[in-house]
Amino acid sequence: MSIWEYANPKKFMQTSSWALPWVAGLALIALVTGLVWGFFFTPEDYKQGSTVKIIYLHVPSAMMAINIWVMMLVTSLVWLIRRHHVSALAAKAAAPVGMVMTLIALVTGAIWGQPMWGTWWEWDPRLTSFLILFLFYLGYMALWEAIDNPDTAADLTGVLCLVGSVFAVLSRYAVNFWNQGLHQGATLSMDKEENISDVYWYPLLLCIAGFILLFVTLVLIRTRTEIRARRLKALEARERMA
Amino acid sequence: MKSLKKKRRIQVLLVTALALVIATAMIGYAMRDGINFFRSPTQVAEEPPKPGETFRLGGLVEEGSLKRGESEVITFNVTDGGAVVPVRFAGVLPDLFGENQGMIGTGKMEGDVFVAEEILAKHDESYMPKEVVDALKEQGVYQDPNS
Repeated sequence: MSIWEYANPKKFMQTSSWALPWVAGLALIALVTGLVWGFFFTPEDYKQGSTVKIIYLHVPSAMMAINIWVMMLVTSLVWLIRRHHVSALAAKAAAPVGMVMTLIALVTGAIWGQPMWGTWWEWDPRLTSFLILFLFYLGYMALWEAIDNPDTAADLTGVLCLVGSVFAVLSRYAVNFWNQGLHQGATLSMDKEENISDVYWYPLLLCIAGFILLFVTLVLIRTRTEIRARRLKALEARERMA
Repeated sequence: MKSLKKKRRIQVLLVTALALVIATAMIGYAMRDGINFFRSPTQVAEEPPKPGETFRLGGLVEEGSLKRGESEVITFNVTDGGAVVPVRFAGVLPDLFGENQGMIGTGKMEGDVFVAEEILAKHDESYMPKEVVDALKEQGVYQDPNS
């Protein structure tokens, strides 16, 4: 048993069709419980009042926006080094999901920033690198579409993914590098003292888990679609040859 | 990439990654002064801005310095523990603005006073239920996370 077994499209299709309903079910449960708990059963914050509840969309989506790019980086590297097609297709399938997560993080951030900071948008280091990450997602998707040969497309998008990782890392750590910005530091950290009290923390954990599971569900579905589309192309090509 | 052997592909990727890290580090190093979103009162005291220059000033609103004048005009002092800069502002303030809170203002120095055209509130990373804070304040054990 090795993980590379799943590089075989047939094995991947089998395993994913078995796992999909479970992952999707868990995602639904975690998201619904987490969001309902967060929106309706948490007290008001001492400074922000009920505006604090947007945290249940903003933080998980921002985390996913960065982590999906990291996932795309890993799968792209696997493709570039080991040439497994499923890996490249998984990266391709993840990009639109990551793009939407980035958009959600930007929009909820603006809605949150307006009453709290007093502005929708500022050219703060963290906000700016997040916007660039969003543009990188768009460029990545466009590059996949722009190249006809699927192997060349996978190669070039893999390299683009490597370059974009700079901004994925920057949007995570910009607050630490340049501490004179508008956006506050990390609320959630494993090692530091507690910043967020437990009543907000548990539903937030559930929402984060829900977003991760939702992402896994969507990527599995989309990768399966990509594999099928490629099979179809192969069949059509064979048809033309005959 | 297709024509290369696996070992050479890994080498190419490593060189690419190294080049990216070096490029990022150099850009970050070159812009280390320019990328600050705002200046602190200490920085303003050390390097006074040119006359008429518009810049952002950031720091904590000093306790007991917030005064509301006629109509919408307010004055307060901004401090970072070191220097103190007096600020004057007329306009609408964000929800989070208050004494002992972080703020960032855009404006110009007029003499010794910073006249702000726009004021943003800076938020910290602590979240607590209102009831808990009220209870802590009643017992007198509440500590402001900013102080």
